[in-house]
Amino acid sequence: MGLEAYVAVSAALFALGIVCILVRRNVLYVLMGIEMILNAANINFVAFNRFGSGGIDGQMMAVFVIILAAAEAAVALAIVLNVFYLFHSVKPSAADFLRE
Amino acid sequence: MQAPPRRVQEGQAEMDLSSRIFHALLALLLLAALGWGLSAAGPSGAVFGLFAWLVLGGSLLCIWERSVVRSAFSLLATFGGTAGLFALLGADFLAMAQVLIYVGGILALILFGVMLTPPDPFERKLPRVLAGLVLVGAGAAFLAARVAGGARWAVAAALPQPQTRAAELGVGFLAADQYVVAFELAAVVLTVALVAAVYIARRRRVDLERPDSASAGGA
Repeated sequence: MGLEAYVAVSAALFALGIVCILVRRNVLYVLMGIEMILNAANINFVAFNRFGSGGIDGQMMAVFVIILAAAEAAVALAIVLNVFYLFHSVKPSAADFLRE
Repeated sequence: MQAPPRRVQEGQAEMDLSSRIFHALLALLLLAALGWGLSAAGPSGAVFGLFAWLVLGGSLLCIWERSVVRSAFSLLATFGGTAGLFALLGADFLAMAQVLIYVGGILALILFGVMLTPPDPFERKLPRVLAGLVLVGAGAAFLAARVAGGARWAVAAALPQPQTRAAELGVGFLAADQYVVAFELAAVVLTVALVAAVYIARRRRVDLERPDSASAGGA
């Protein structure tokens, strides 16, 4: 399979992540959409690394993206739990003040 | 008291016509991906089609499903398919790391989030989902057509054999002229993020009995 096929899959996954963030009214879906978007970026990095001039730069970038995704998921879960304790809702529009 | 009728309703929703059409569409998509891959590049193309279908079908299912648990588990297909694409691209270490970190770690974290928050089975609005799919899909297709019309992909003339071993990545991490600074930064970021997550996620008991513990906890 050529580079274009991978880039097309990655673009479609990115678009689906955007849709997931936009259409669902639940903070957890926002998290899932972000994970999809990061995965799309990773597919792009690795595909361009494979079809480029060699080397491992793209794969290193993908490793750092995975590291950041792990850190982001942990912090985001903590924030989701706090939002739920504070606002008794997981709707993204519910968290509309920083402190009372 | 609330649970039995809700469960019945969810069971009825499963037999819904729209969800049957959706699952049939997913199956058709699998056939199309396999056939297109087979015709484009033979058996390896079919494997690519299978993984691409896992990635896209899993995320479509995640958007579609009514229940958050099912959405989270459908992400399993997305992450696993991505790991398969990595393996096809010759990035064995990344495929393994993808399975370990995404499937084993991030998915478990999301499931914790699902379990610690209440379900809302009427949150998914079908018109909104369809409108989002159509609008974002149209925008993405337009952009992709523009890019595909104008881009010149500089693919290397003779593709090197995909032989990235984990040792190469390890050397890349630790060699002084490559990524050692970013590696140390990633370590700091992970430490700070995990400590901060533990700090943020703890239950505050300031309003239970001791009002002055708010300042003690905040300091």
